[in-house]
Amino acid sequence: MKKMLIVDHTRCTGCRLCEAVCSANKNGAVNPNRAMIAIIKWEQSCIAIPMLCQQCESAPCMAVCPVKALNRDESIGRVVVNYDLCIGCRFCVAVCPFGAMDIDSVTGKIIKCDLCDGEPMCAKFCETGALQYVDAGTANREKRRLAADVLSDLIRKSGVKASVS
Amino acid sequence: MQEQRIAYIDLSSGQIRKEPIPGKMRRMYLGGRGIDVYLMYNHIPPRSDPMGPENVLTVSAGLLGGTLAPSSGRCHIGAKSPLTGLIGSSNMGGFFAPELRFAGFDHLVVKGQAEKPVYLWIHDGDIEIRDAAHLRGKDTFETPAVIRRDHRDEDIKVACIGLAGENLVRYANVVGGLKNAAGRTGMGCVMGSKRLKAIAVRGTQGLSISHAKEAMGYLEHILGLLRDSQTMKEFSRLGTPMWHDTSDMVGRVRNRNFQRNQVPDGRSLYAENMLKYSIGMAACFGCPVHCRHKYVVPEGPDKGKYMEGPEWSTLAALTAEVDCRRMETALVGNYLVNKYGVDSLELGSMVSWAIELYEKGIIDDKATDGLKLEWGNEQVLYEMIHRIAKRQGLGDILAEGPRRAIERLGEKSGYYNVHIKGMSCLHTDERPTPSHALGIAVATRGADHLRNRPGMDAHLLPPDEGERLFGFKVPGMTDWEGSGKLIRWHELIYTIPDALGLCKFYPLFMSPSTIGYDDYCKLVNYIAGLEMSPSEMTDIAERICTLERMFNNREGATRKDDTLPERYFVEPTPLGLFGFKDKMIDRERFEGLLDEYYEVHGWDRDGVPTSETLVRLGLDQEPSHTI
Repeated sequence: MKKMLIVDHTRCTGCRLCEAVCSANKNGAVNPNRAMIAIIKWEQSCIAIPMLCQQCESAPCMAVCPVKALNRDESIGRVVVNYDLCIGCRFCVAVCPFGAMDIDSVTGKIIKCDLCDGEPMCAKFCETGALQYVDAGTANREKRRLAADVLSDLIRKSGVKASVS
Repeated sequence: MQEQRIAYIDLSSGQIRKEPIPGKMRRMYLGGRGIDVYLMYNHIPPRSDPMGPENVLTVSAGLLGGTLAPSSGRCHIGAKSPLTGLIGSSNMGGFFAPELRFAGFDHLVVKGQAEKPVYLWIHDGDIEIRDAAHLRGKDTFETPAVIRRDHRDEDIKVACIGLAGENLVRYANVVGGLKNAAGRTGMGCVMGSKRLKAIAVRGTQGLSISHAKEAMGYLEHILGLLRDSQTMKEFSRLGTPMWHDTSDMVGRVRNRNFQRNQVPDGRSLYAENMLKYSIGMAACFGCPVHCRHKYVVPEGPDKGKYMEGPEWSTLAALTAEVDCRRMETALVGNYLVNKYGVDSLELGSMVSWAIELYEKGIIDDKATDGLKLEWGNEQVLYEMIHRIAKRQGLGDILAEGPRRAIERLGEKSGYYNVHIKGMSCLHTDERPTPSHALGIAVATRGADHLRNRPGMDAHLLPPDEGERLFGFKVPGMTDWEGSGKLIRWHELIYTIPDALGLCKFYPLFMSPSTIGYDDYCKLVNYIAGLEMSPSEMTDIAERICTLERMFNNREGATRKDDTLPERYFVEPTPLGLFGFKDKMIDRERFEGLLDEYYEVHGWDRDGVPTSETLVRLGLDQEPSHTI
């Protein structure tokens, strides 16, 4: 069964450990600028949102690549770059709606999240569970239950027959 | 480690010099607070005016800042303190120090004085001194916003001063985020005296990890320890306010300027009261503990604005100390002190002093311009925050800090001002706890707990376990014997996270059951590629402590300054549980603890390091001017 990296921004504390482990895992050095995940912040409003490649089913990057260097790898549920074919035209960078395609500041190559070949480091080290690598078919389960939790609490407190206004 | 550098910036001449950091300095001081004290000792001329061009402001990232070490976001800021005239030393979390490291610099040494307001713009190896006329008068939230807009980069990190720093309030702080503050000893005042409004930094360079796989494995291990800890779970949920609960319950909390050691019926200030306002937890760089709340200011003129915190110290300073009983007061007050950029602990202490003086008739309506200072009145508190930051009326006197304010308000006021070495005492009452009392008396930067306060569970260990872990008999929380050794032990180990740029909170304040020298040696090896033994690291710790002591001695500090406010010696605690009630510090026994403390440090009876100690630690040639 395919997995997906699901983001719950309400749990993100903005610590950016994901950026550190991503870049260190790939390059042996901590450099948020070379990480494939970025925590976008609005400091004055206490907002932190993890942004990364959504591994789109119908990826715009795949659609525009003139040499078909971008392809889906269904075993892991990701879009991968074939560096043997990539000509570095950077059209993918221009069209990605999430800003997930990047140009590496050191090598100049196109880089994108590859889910660490099946064991994404960011999710592994995310203490709050804001990033989780879960079964795609049941990815919404936890959120449903969390959303229902408020109502279930009210029901327990006021008795089964009580109506909630 | 790749080529991280030190930058020497002269604001008078505009000259900037960048130098590499010799390996020898890493082996002797690591980085952060360690190299910071070396730079201060070597660059600040003795007896210089803290508000003059000769004073040097040091900004230091840790050796492991911005890496895979847990909670690696801390930044150390030092200078000669305008408050105490001794070592100024403060530390803040957040993201500033990692960004400084990504820009290629681990230390900044800022001397001189700019003619007009300036800010430093540091980015990927380059440093510029830029005009800051348009930032004048802006608070600590507007300043970063304007800088980010000017440079069109929302990811710029900024450490700045607010109005308090611009107005040279002697305990103005440096703010690096909504609430990340290098709080104590008035480093913001030093920045203000140099007309340095802000330091802005943006870095896109990497920090290489010597043994990345091992480092990540070790990080995983540390995360596992944290997940298993019940205390950590509570800490991650409630933040530092959780320590208020237990402290208040036993009778260790300062109330009404030490007239009481507990807040009667004070449950409204307990940590759970914060939860209805908390909209989530926020973290510093690389930190899995996320110990600060995010909230929206619930009332008052700043209602609706976002803020982080409050830390326990701010909470207590703005409520328990002045006998306000509403959590909301702390939430509103926290916003104000951060906006102005002023140390909440110092401010709370000075305001509670003023209220007691008014209560006792030592100052009157003339001194307060008609404001009726009274306990538990939050409007009075808010008004005093404004007046101190703006240096208006009584605020102008209080802005001077303990020593100078006592001079201006007269001798009678002195007894009621609770300070050590010229820095106000904190939000805890140490009369029942001899080891903690010794701790604040000897801390190099003045009345302070962060230099040496034992983690709570150290006092609760079974005797043989304590002896096995520490190497000596560990005193219980209200015991005397062994306090000198205990405080020195903690003093040493606390220098390590400070030198590495790591937070003391994830080892739960150096709880003996979490991490220790062994772990820090592993981290330094895996990440920085430096191999050292726990005993070498202990030497580094001793070296840092001793050099701080030497700095103070050079500025004229003596054994007489390692003392407690008179109240600690003569007024017993009126409240609290058995063991905490009816306690004060016995003068003679205190002197005995001081002797014990000096002895284990290898210092003489006056607190001066012996020549034997200096030679052993390689400090006999200081100042050596290596960097």
